[in-house]
Amino acid sequence: MSTHHDPSTDLTTQRGEDGTLPERFEDPGHPEHHDRQGDHDPKANKRAERQVVVLFTISILGTIGAIVAYALVPPGETVGSMRLSNLLLGLGLFLGLAGIGVAAVHWAKSLMNDHEKSEERHAIRSEDSVRVKAVEALREGAKDSAIGRRGVLKGAMVTSLALFPLSIAVPLVGNIGGDWDVSRSKRTIWKRGTRLVLDPTARPIKAADVTIGSAFHVIPEGLEELDHPLNEKAKAVVLMVRMDPRDLRSEQGEGWSYDGIVAFSKICTHVGCPVALYEQQTHHILCPCHQSTFDAADGAKVVFGPAKRPLPQLPITVDDEGYLVAQDGFSEPIGPSFWERLT
Amino acid sequence: MSTVDSRPAPAAAPPSRVERAAAGTADYLDQRTGIGGAVKEFARKIFPDHWSFLLGEIALYSFVVLLISGTFLTMFFVPSMTEVHYHGPWAAMDGVQMSEAFASTLRLSFEVRGGLLMRQIHHWAALIFMAAIVTHMMRVFFTGAFRKPRELNWLVGFTLMILGLLAGFSGYSLPDDVLSGNGLRIADGVARAIPILGSYISFALFGGEFPGTDLIPRLFTVHILLIPALILALIGLHLLMVVLHKHTQYPGSGRSDKNVVGYPLFPIYVAKAGGFFFVVFAVIALMAATMTINPVWNYGPFDPSIVGAGAQPDWYMLFLEGGLRLMPGQTEFVIGQYTLSLNILVPGVVIPGILFTAIALWPFIEAFATGDKREHHVLDRPRNVPFRTAFGVAFLTAFFVLILAGSNDLIATHFHLSINDITWTFRILLFVGPAIAFWITKRICLSLQRKDRELVLHGHETGRIVRFASGEYIEVHKPLDAHERWLRVQHEANRPLEIEPAEDSRGVRRKGFRVDALRQRLSRVFYEDRVEPVTPAELAAAHSHGAHDALPAAHDEHAGELTGASGGTRHLAADVENTEGTDSTDGPKHP
Amino acid sequence: MKALAARRHHRFAPVVLLLLALLLTGAVYAIAQPASADAAQAAASESDIAAGQKLFQANCATCHGPNAEGREAVEAGAGGPSLIGVGAAAVDFQVGTGRMPAQMNGAQIMAKPAQFDDEQIAQLAAYVASLGAGPSIPTDEQLDTTNADVALGGALFRTNCAMCHGVTGAGGALSQGKWAPALDETSPAHLYEAMLTGPQSMPVFNDANITPDEKRDIIAYLETQREGSPGGLTLGSVGPVSEGLWAWVIGIGLLIGASVWIGAKSS
Repeated sequence: MSTHHDPSTDLTTQRGEDGTLPERFEDPGHPEHHDRQGDHDPKANKRAERQVVVLFTISILGTIGAIVAYALVPPGETVGSMRLSNLLLGLGLFLGLAGIGVAAVHWAKSLMNDHEKSEERHAIRSEDSVRVKAVEALREGAKDSAIGRRGVLKGAMVTSLALFPLSIAVPLVGNIGGDWDVSRSKRTIWKRGTRLVLDPTARPIKAADVTIGSAFHVIPEGLEELDHPLNEKAKAVVLMVRMDPRDLRSEQGEGWSYDGIVAFSKICTHVGCPVALYEQQTHHILCPCHQSTFDAADGAKVVFGPAKRPLPQLPITVDDEGYLVAQDGFSEPIGPSFWERLT
Repeated sequence: MSTVDSRPAPAAAPPSRVERAAAGTADYLDQRTGIGGAVKEFARKIFPDHWSFLLGEIALYSFVVLLISGTFLTMFFVPSMTEVHYHGPWAAMDGVQMSEAFASTLRLSFEVRGGLLMRQIHHWAALIFMAAIVTHMMRVFFTGAFRKPRELNWLVGFTLMILGLLAGFSGYSLPDDVLSGNGLRIADGVARAIPILGSYISFALFGGEFPGTDLIPRLFTVHILLIPALILALIGLHLLMVVLHKHTQYPGSGRSDKNVVGYPLFPIYVAKAGGFFFVVFAVIALMAATMTINPVWNYGPFDPSIVGAGAQPDWYMLFLEGGLRLMPGQTEFVIGQYTLSLNILVPGVVIPGILFTAIALWPFIEAFATGDKREHHVLDRPRNVPFRTAFGVAFLTAFFVLILAGSNDLIATHFHLSINDITWTFRILLFVGPAIAFWITKRICLSLQRKDRELVLHGHETGRIVRFASGEYIEVHKPLDAHERWLRVQHEANRPLEIEPAEDSRGVRRKGFRVDALRQRLSRVFYEDRVEPVTPAELAAAHSHGAHDALPAAHDEHAGELTGASGGTRHLAADVENTEGTDSTDGPKHP
Repeated sequence: MKALAARRHHRFAPVVLLLLALLLTGAVYAIAQPASADAAQAAASESDIAAGQKLFQANCATCHGPNAEGREAVEAGAGGPSLIGVGAAAVDFQVGTGRMPAQMNGAQIMAKPAQFDDEQIAQLAAYVASLGAGPSIPTDEQLDTTNADVALGGALFRTNCAMCHGVTGAGGALSQGKWAPALDETSPAHLYEAMLTGPQSMPVFNDANITPDEKRDIIAYLETQREGSPGGLTLGSVGPVSEGLWAWVIGIGLLIGASVWIGAKSS
């Protein structure tokens, strides 16, 4: 097998008996094996063996180190002690593992027999005779069951097999969506007179306290008392900003703002990230997730990015005590578009 | 089995005590399991050696690391969305209201000794798992290892990649932090954009309205039971098929579709592959020891009102994020009363659909174009299949542009650019980039093939200059030895298919012509441009031609050098790939 | 002493005592206050205002107008808002972080080394504060984070600040080439003043929105971020993108290196 081929460019060896050249070159066969240094030099061999032993020893020391670190360096209460604990345990584990891994590979590479071997491949497909027998077996089985002749039986079997998963699937589908009242996503808890309060401290806000250039992150009053505050918060959060009333070019409804104070749903009309980023000078509201940009001075119209619709505006006013309240709920579903949004 | 090994077997020594014990155990096992047959079959099974064959092993071993570290984490993680108040060593969260899932993540990070290390190992291993799967797929793709008989195993691998994505996404969301919560919110937004069923799909996922209280327990079951079980089963199938098919090998002298050349499983791969598991685990442990990953204690417990700048998913989901960022919003339409959000559906469903379908079906598309029914066990050198290689690079370019688009805010801050300009650039680049990448890659492949022809025909440049009596200067070229040459001539260039005419001799239009015509068109697209390997006749012609203007003795080695030299400096391989013919001989021109 | 003792039971005695106590406390407090507060206190003096006005005329009037009334941009680089009523806090922030005087009008005015020393900044602040009532520079007491509620600070930071500055204050992108700067080197006073005055793109967070105590909590939260991460290197605290990058560069890089070593023939 390991015939050594003359690496000359002489082509005559490849000529056929009639002197013509073949269509393609021939495979010259396996190249010659080159021995390693350690195959002849016992010293080199011994050195490699020692290296492997040292590597395994490093692994043992690493593991011991990790156990010692575990016992002596608790994570404690400061960032520094937590980091030290993590680092020492991790380095111990690293050494414990790397020692074994490098040792094993080095052993294989430097000490184990490195002569390449060749094995024949056989076609993946079965021999024809085997295939014939396989088909025969199936035929016999089919004949024994007589499935071909019993049509009604076949039909009944297929139907019953097709139907039985229903008794699992129906209860699953029935319950997996909770009460399946998908219309809830069109409603928020904002209604006429709901006070605007600060997120997360729930302090009510006086209109007089909202400086020009401010951005207030707002939730409806009474959110915490609900059964599922997060579900409602996910729909009800509002970003409220105040600008010079002269800068306000348009709003979504007549009189929905209050002396330059405008409030918009904070849930993006693209895919629902909180569009919380307000640029005071340009009056732009930017979504940090996908960069949809809305102009708060112009009815929150989209000026850039993947969203199509403006952020729904919350009509606001002040109550008798001067606190900001909603004139009404949102006039359209908030958040991302969905098929039946407008129905 | 033939062997290249010519060493004599060592003389048999009398059995030691250990050997007798081993023999006893083996006998016990074999009498009860018949394992002897399997050992005989597999112990000395040959696997070829190449570094790129270890990429799949990285994926396998990081999965094992995921199982080990994941089991550790399940002991301390509480998959519940019940609201609690955290009290513990992490002062910045003291008294904060959060779900039990988040609180238990803090507890296992800061109070369980080694818990933080295991969490970081788990997350780093997940990133490396996906990265290794992708690099492994790239290796398989570019070397054509997916060809018959391995198409089904490609599909198994593809499914494993999809399952890996799902495993990653479901696990990433478990701590119930702000960052992953916003990821779920985006997933909810994409689900709701699906026509008619959208709202119902969203409700089915979350057990009602977003975020609800069902999601974390559901994801937990999916993440620790369903997906790992499927992955494990498919890994078993994947490896079973590798053993069944025997591993592919790179081209080289002595290697063919009929054999497999390499080292025996025992002991070489037991040591090498076994050792590599520890190396993979060690690298992951080193990363977990020194680099923070997913610091949920900074992100805070999920609150639908909060978002942080730099809101991105893990890298393998970033291409989806990029698509969502690039798609202009004008593509949302209202039809009657109903809203069709193509601005979400295209990047969220259609683009990944196209990308994944292209990956899954590639082996079948290529087999259709080549019409090749043979088994292939010797890998392609990527340059020898320019269309496939160029397609792969174009595909990766699109993927990479989407990843960059998903990181556009970080690119903006780190390179002081306008995020709007970046977005527009990527919108254009998503279409232009792959086209340019395709063209450049194909050119490079064809040039490399021509370089190979050049080398085979004219040998290596030696830098030795010889002056002839006539005053002519010539650089001496050293011819390739047979092994070097074989590497460059062993492949067959695929040619466009010839098909039978539309009508038979009696003028009847034959069945299946349309499919054949499509196949022919596709194979022309694939293989119109190509460079054929050098044939013995061409080499002989190059030599005899060289002999003609230098020295007469073509069989003389020295003369061979000189003749190769004279040809090499004067005759470049003709540019064949745009000539009309399908034949591409480029014999040397005579001066 | 007798007289004093005699009047000890006078009906005004408690009032007088209270006044005395207040005076004493004030005096002690004034002495105990560190020098910078003294400077701020002294900034109100007439001479400082005059010195500030001179500095203003020389360095700021080109854009902000000779009386800080603001000026429309008529040509590139020569326009600025009115500074009447922006308060000392705005001046201390803008000049103290080197943003003012601005080099040029761009998408965003950059922070750079401060052009004036502390005294000059105090003088400028005194002058601008004298033009109209506005937020003043926070006192050391307001910036004292010893008893701060770090957890509340974190929660407020996530709600009000993280969308621009990132959850740990590493900074982030705004539209059209603007950005929210990293906060890891900003001084507590500048953090406080930025919240109070809303420089450039940043909205104003007045004391009704975020109370002085809450501002202190936020500053305390940001200070804890400077201790780094318990998990090791922070990788820039910019989230999963840098983690993915390092997974490829370090993780896959090392492992491919190891693969090449394993696959290579030993010599």
